[in-house]
Parts: sequence; structure tokens; C-alpha cells
Amino acid sequence: MTLTFRTVPVLLLLSAFVIGGAFFAGCTTTTPQPQGTPTPTPSAEKTKVLLATTTSLYDTGLLDYLEPIFEEKYNVDLLITSQGTGKAIEVATRGDCDILAVHSPSQEKAFLDGGHGINHRCFAYNYFIIVGPANDPAGIKGMKPEDAFKTLMTMGKDNPAGVSFVSRGDNSGTHSAEKTIWKAAGYNYTTDVQKSGNWYIEAGRGMGETLQLASEKQAYTLTDEGTYLAYKGNLALVPVIEEGDILLNVYSVITVYTPTQPAGKIAMANNFSNFLTSLEIQAAIGEFGKEKYGKNLFSPMSENCSRFNCDCTSPAVIVSPSSLS
Amino acid sequence: MNEIIDGFVQAGELILSLDPEVLEITARSLLISLTATVIASLIAIPIGGFIHFREFGGKRGLITIIQTLYALPTVIAGLFVFLILSRVGPFGFLGLLFTPTGMIIGQTVLIIPLMVGMTLIALSGVKKSLQDEVISLGATSSQAILTIVKESRFAILGGVILGFGRAISEVGAAMIIGGNIRGYTRVLTTAIALETSMGNIAFSIALGMILLAIAMVVTIALFLVQEQ
Repeated sequence: MTLTFRTVPVLLLLSAFVIGGAFFAGCTTTTPQPQGTPTPTPSAEKTKVLLATTTSLYDTGLLDYLEPIFEEKYNVDLLITSQGTGKAIEVATRGDCDILAVHSPSQEKAFLDGGHGINHRCFAYNYFIIVGPANDPAGIKGMKPEDAFKTLMTMGKDNPAGVSFVSRGDNSGTHSAEKTIWKAAGYNYTTDVQKSGNWYIEAGRGMGETLQLASEKQAYTLTDEGTYLAYKGNLALVPVIEEGDILLNVYSVITVYTPTQPAGKIAMANNFSNFLTSLEIQAAIGEFGKEKYGKNLFSPMSENCSRFNCDCTSPAVIVSPSSLS
Repeated sequence: MNEIIDGFVQAGELILSLDPEVLEITARSLLISLTATVIASLIAIPIGGFIHFREFGGKRGLITIIQTLYALPTVIAGLFVFLILSRVGPFGFLGLLFTPTGMIIGQTVLIIPLMVGMTLIALSGVKKSLQDEVISLGATSSQAILTIVKESRFAILGGVILGFGRAISEVGAAMIIGGNIRGYTRVLTTAIALETSMGNIAFSIALGMILLAIAMVVTIALFLVQEQ
């Protein structure tokens, strides 16, 4: 009996070490391989930079595609955490990541005004689209987005079983764009739209889940084009409205700044900005998804930078907010 | 229905073909949760023993607090550790947020109350008569404690395994503290959440099957230990 009593915890510990050992061994040999360096050098620890980003950039696979190219070029370990734009900005404001890539101009401006970031650059755009059931029960096809929202609200209040709208409801970039449209349509979001009835459903989830929810409920929703194309196969939703200046969706990259941020991380974050705005990567962004989805998910900024009120060409060189002046 | 069957078929293929990404995520999950369980055991079992064998004011209240914390939401445990480890938090200088070590801390915090509670239950499960008998045979109090602990070791181990089960199956703390970074902090549960949201049902089911398989191995191990 005493023997088994002693062997049990020992076995537990042993198995932990064995699995742990296998894991670390696996780690050191597998990470360098995709970068084409066959000799494992566990002692030379690479710099890690953490990118906090929005679900629409990550879930479409764009960043997974760009990550190895960047890592090879700069011999760095790029770590990516994907959250809604609101959460990503919160993480960056606390100084817990090194790079921010998001799509919410108003939240980005507040972030920069707070002195938390430098070298704001736009690197890609696409359009938000309003998707809904194929039979278009609200009859909004072809309307201006603002008018379509007005119609959705009127018809949804009258008949929530027939017409409903799913909102991200999570303070994400897409949610922020939705609020902008409600405002342009003449509504106060918190008093007129939220709690205005069962027709307005707040999902509180990522874009993919929100699309799936809208599909199950045969409701309308606002989505970025990239995520919709990536998920289209699993959805019973079709694009209803695809045009309107208010639907423009611009993705930006920002170097996160805190007074204690190591210079090396700022330099590497700036490298990432310059990488994204380089002609080579701009071309790659424009090609991404064409093969799989039949069209590109994102348009590179370089083609028509002048159309946007946003810097998308100058090299990211500033290393602190004070060096701006 | 077909979707579910397809999911299971593809899941089987992913597991049998030893998909490197699936293996890596599984190994990381096991490493993080086993380490958290070992650390939590080293902290929780002595605390449980102390509370059981000592008499002090507020003992009943302390036990109530510990039992309440069984229901500690994983997201709240995660948020608490997130705020502590964040660069502007008290331990921000350690740079542990969004690392596997941070996740181990989060899971340890999460399961300590449960494991303290299970230790208490295990120790009080030993008959009072046994304790009296041991002392009447002339044992010192430390010998008596040793006997009681020995007598309840399987019940204590059951608590340890319960703690491991909670650690490896939770998603809230792992997501908030780890950030679900591919190749670094992505574990079974956060990968399931991501893949499901991306519509990769087969991959989710495969990871879910692995998680359940681990739970089964652990349960069988517990059963074998108790049989002895």
C-alpha cells in the first residue's frame, strides 16, 4: 500500500515532465523549420513582437498568410492575438502588445490622441456590406445604407418575426461602423436603436458567429466583405446592399507606444508597418483570397491612396510621440 | 446531421494522421494544465490540511468562502490575473501576460479553491474514531495527522484530478490571459472556440474528441488507483 501511495504522485510528475520535455523539444525543432533554417538553434531566442488585431483580419487568414513572410524577412517571432477592435485597442492602451491592426477610425483617433500610438498607416480597405435572406423580406435591395436601416427599423418594429437585424454588439470596428450608419440615418443609437424591440438582436460575438446567428434567424446584418466571403459556404445569406460611401472599411496599423516600451520593439513594430505598406506586400494583399473565393478579400491601399484621408505611403520612422513636432 | 457525421469522420482522420498542429495544441494544453495542477496541489493540499487540523476563529466562514469560490467564473479568474499581469498592473514588469506561464498562473488561481475544498472533504471523511484510536495507541499528533492523510489519500487525489479536469476544460481564463496566439498560447479549448467561430466544424470536433479522450484517461487512472 505504501508503495502505491508513493508511486502515484511520482507517476503524475513523471508524466508531466515527459510530456513537457516532448513539448519543448517539439517547440525548438518545429518553429525554425517553416522559415527555412534547418539547424535548430534553441539558444538564440528570437525577438517576439505581439500584434493585437481584429477578428476580420485574422479569421480570413490574411495574417496567417503574411506572418511567415514577415518573420523570415526580419528574423522575428510575430505573435498574433485576435480580438474585437475595442478589446485590441484596450490591450494596446495598457501597453500589453506592440502592434495594433484595426479598423475603426474614431477609436483609432482617440487612441492616438491619448499618446498610446505612433505611425498610423492605412494598409488595406474593403467595403462593409449588408447581408440578409435571399427573399429580402424588408425589400431594401439597392437602397442607400442609411435608408435601408430606416426601413429595417420601421418594418422590424411592426413585425419582428418577419424582419430582424443582428448587431455585433461588441464594440468592434464593425459595430462602430454600424453605429455610424444609425447616426447618419438620424437615430440616437443608445435611445432609439438599442432596446427598441425584439427585431434588434445584439449578438455580442465575433463576425463569424454573428453571421451564423443571422443566417439561423434569417435576419439582416452588417458585415465586412472579407469575413462574409470566407464564411459564405456555411451561410443562408446573400449580399443585399453593397454600395454607399458610408460602407467604406479601412484597416490601419499603429505602432504601440509606452514610455517603457523597449526601442527594439518599437523598431520592429515600425518594420511591420513598412512591411505592410511595401509595394510587394500591397500586391500580395490584393491577391489574397482570389484563388479560394474568386475575388480578393481586401484591396491594397497603394492603388488609390489619394482617395482616402489617411497616410498609406510614408515610411514609419518616428519612435516616440514627442518626436512628432 | 450529415455535417455532424462528416465532422466526426474528418476528426478521426485528423487524429489518426497525427496532424502536427493538433498534436502541438494537445501537448501545450497538457503541459499548461498539468503544471497548474501540480502547483495548485502543492499549495492547496497543505492549506486544506492546515484548515482541517487547526482550530481558529472564522474557520467556518473561511470554509464558506472557499466553497463559494468553487463557482468562480473562469472569465473572472482570467480577468483578475489579466489585470495583475498587465503591463500597467502590479506584476506587469514580469511581462507574463499573453504567455503560457501567465496561463498556468490563471489556471492555478482558478482551481486552488476547488482543491482546498476537496482536501477538506477528504480529510473529514476519515472517521473520528480512527483518530481517537491512533492517539489511544500512543501516537503523537504528527503521527496521527500522517495516518489520517494516508487514509484519505485517494479522496485527495480525486480532488487533484477534479482540479485538472477544470483546468484543461476551461476556456475563459485561457482566452483572456493567453490571447489564443497560434503556436504559443493556443490550447485545445481556445482552438475549439476559434475554429467553431470560423466554421471549421471538423477541426473543432477533432479537438473536442481529444479533450474527452484525455478526460477519459484521467478518469480511468483515478478508477485504477481507487481499486487498489
